[in-house]
Amino acid sequence: MSENSQKVGLETFHYDNTTVRNFLIATTIFGIIGMTVGLLVACQFVWPEANFGLQYTTFGRVRPLHTNAVIFAFVGNGIFAGVYYSLQRLCKARMYSDLLSKIHFWGWQLIILSAAITLPLGMTSGKEYAELEWPIDIAIALIWVVFGLNMFMTIIKRRERHLYVAIWFYIATFVTVAMLHIVNSFELPIDFMKSYSWYAGVQDALVQWWYGHNAVAFFLTTPYLGLMYYFIPKASGRPIYSYRLSIIHFWALIFIYIWAGPHHLLYNSLPDWAQSLGVVFSVMLIAPSWGGMLNGLLTLRGAWDKVREDAILKFMVVAITCYGMATFEGPMLSLKNVNAIGHFTDWIVGHVHIGGLGWNGFLTFAMLYYLIPKLYGTKLHSQKLANVHFWIGTMGILFYAIPLYWAGFTQSLMWKQFNPDGTLVYSNFLETVTQIMPMYALRAFGGLLYLSGVFVMVYNLVKTARSGSFQPTTEAQAAPLMKDYKPEKSEHWHRRIFEWKPMRMLIWSLIIVAIGGVIEIVPTFLIQSNVPTISTVKPYTPLELNGRDIYVREGCYTCHSQMIRPFRSEVMRYDPVDLEYSKAGEFVYDHPFQWGSKRTGPDLHRIGKKYPDSWHFYHMLDPTSMSPGSIMPPYPWLFEQEWDKERTPAKIRAMQTLGVPYPDGYDQQAVSDAENQAALISKGLELEGIKMSSDTEIMALIAYLQRLGTDIKNVEGVTEGK
Amino acid sequence: MLKFIKHHMETIAGIEIYPVISFVIFFVFFIALTVYVLKVDKKLFKDISNIPLDSNDTNHDEA
Repeated sequence: MSENSQKVGLETFHYDNTTVRNFLIATTIFGIIGMTVGLLVACQFVWPEANFGLQYTTFGRVRPLHTNAVIFAFVGNGIFAGVYYSLQRLCKARMYSDLLSKIHFWGWQLIILSAAITLPLGMTSGKEYAELEWPIDIAIALIWVVFGLNMFMTIIKRRERHLYVAIWFYIATFVTVAMLHIVNSFELPIDFMKSYSWYAGVQDALVQWWYGHNAVAFFLTTPYLGLMYYFIPKASGRPIYSYRLSIIHFWALIFIYIWAGPHHLLYNSLPDWAQSLGVVFSVMLIAPSWGGMLNGLLTLRGAWDKVREDAILKFMVVAITCYGMATFEGPMLSLKNVNAIGHFTDWIVGHVHIGGLGWNGFLTFAMLYYLIPKLYGTKLHSQKLANVHFWIGTMGILFYAIPLYWAGFTQSLMWKQFNPDGTLVYSNFLETVTQIMPMYALRAFGGLLYLSGVFVMVYNLVKTARSGSFQPTTEAQAAPLMKDYKPEKSEHWHRRIFEWKPMRMLIWSLIIVAIGGVIEIVPTFLIQSNVPTISTVKPYTPLELNGRDIYVREGCYTCHSQMIRPFRSEVMRYDPVDLEYSKAGEFVYDHPFQWGSKRTGPDLHRIGKKYPDSWHFYHMLDPTSMSPGSIMPPYPWLFEQEWDKERTPAKIRAMQTLGVPYPDGYDQQAVSDAENQAALISKGLELEGIKMSSDTEIMALIAYLQRLGTDIKNVEGVTEGK
Repeated sequence: MLKFIKHHMETIAGIEIYPVISFVIFFVFFIALTVYVLKVDKKLFKDISNIPLDSNDTNHDEA
């Protein structure tokens, strides 16, 4: 400490750069892995044989691997890198504990590793973006708390009284993700790697999309907005355009976002009031989102000459623009009439990739290009290569998104097209898939371009790092805060209450987001009339339950919905005899719900009894034998592996705990009942010349598929409540 | 989990009030927030928004 600094009471301290660098390396590595897996699944649309004939690399299991890797490994590590760098500097304090930083870093990587092992093995809870099984869920909660503790203690021992807006976003991220993760992960374990969602059907769907939507909001958006509010001023050398706007942006965004989840379930079996709630708040969401986008872009006003040369700023401009596009598109897609077209199609996949590739990806790249030279005390190896990356990446986004928008519109219009005599023009679902195959090929090409750009970046950054030497710490000086500081009465109340008080900030953020959750979800749980019961809907038989577990394990929901919306075009297609759309009461025993969100293949809710058992048998063995041109992969392992007799009693007991009305002591009888049902199916197949052991998994899957959506057909009048 | 309270409210008349309540809560909150940010001293915001640019590192690695 120099003499001068002692005089004015300055403290000298060192920022921790090691943790930041580790997270930066992790985000790069997992970015490459996550995107490569993404490219693989994109190729599987065009060449289904790209699953290598293995169950572990088949689409239904690898697609969750892609989404989890990109969201939680690539973006997750990106968040932590940015937070650990900016928080220290905004608080003028080193992270509270190096040990917590280490536990956080290695704990998070272990979680990612366990996800990468369990998802291909088919260990999944079957809920989109929350597929990981219960032990990993617990690990995530613990590590998240370590992160929060480290962050809060750093904030508490800060040397800058005021909490800059970026920190607000980090705090809101921490509390909300904790709340979402815990509520959505309520599940009943039956053994080490298998559990059932605590909720069923409509309730499960509502909780899941409240989670799913807000995972986008509070994992992919708010932390990155915090990073935007820090790194844009840093990279451009100018303060944020309007701090006033950033306050409105923050509170309005976290308040509104939490309500918008039901827009994922429009025209689904969800009470109307919940759907309307989702629509109204989604439309309102444009205001704070665009406020934030403009705030970011306008920060660069008068600095556009810099943007022309500086690749970092270019990445930022495209990232913010993509944020603006995605947050305009989101509310539009939440309008019921637009949603009727976009839902279940590739439009949604295009939409999320504008956000993922553009907003999260490009902002992460900007951060990497900004931080690596700083941490290694050198200059970027090549501005030119960074610009090459920028252009390849931008082309990649365009080649990815535009074909999918095209594909989504085309397919949706084909689904809904009628002949003059009232029949469907494209009654065979497959026709609407083969039509968009060229678009799938272009999308894979876009992904390849984007990934190539990342390799250019890695080369550039490795060269940069080699040209400098890593600085594990950065020295800084600041005066400590006065311990007994009392704000002047003249200070504004908002500052006295919130902006100097991190714990209050946390609590109020939690209250704000909890209001939305409570009003949205609780009524559905409390009020019976919101989920009308149908007297003929009965629990699954033990064999069907096993079949359902196979359906979940194989990730069938990644391509098939179980939700026929109340449109003429859908009931005509999926239930041409009885014209029944999906009713809320049909899902009361579905732990977890399997409505799906994308139709690469047709809806399966009324597939039961539509085809003979032998059709399903041959179709699962080789889909193209029954549907020539199908892009569904074969499932030969279902004909070798045996369905799960051992755990069947435990499964029945778990279902009883969750409120499924099996008779007392039924767990003891379940296996023999299942064996009898399997024998029946096997005998039926034998009459058609198929010899196959009744113990194979295919028997259970056929039993489940043949049951789907058939319960309400056994009655004359369906008792819909309300 | 919620079984013990599940049957206490079998029906609710006028459930539609929920979205209206939520909208009103938000609207009031938003107006109050807007009034607040408009009232705050401009200079204060200027100081705060300069925090990220206020480099206190001694070995000049900051831009």
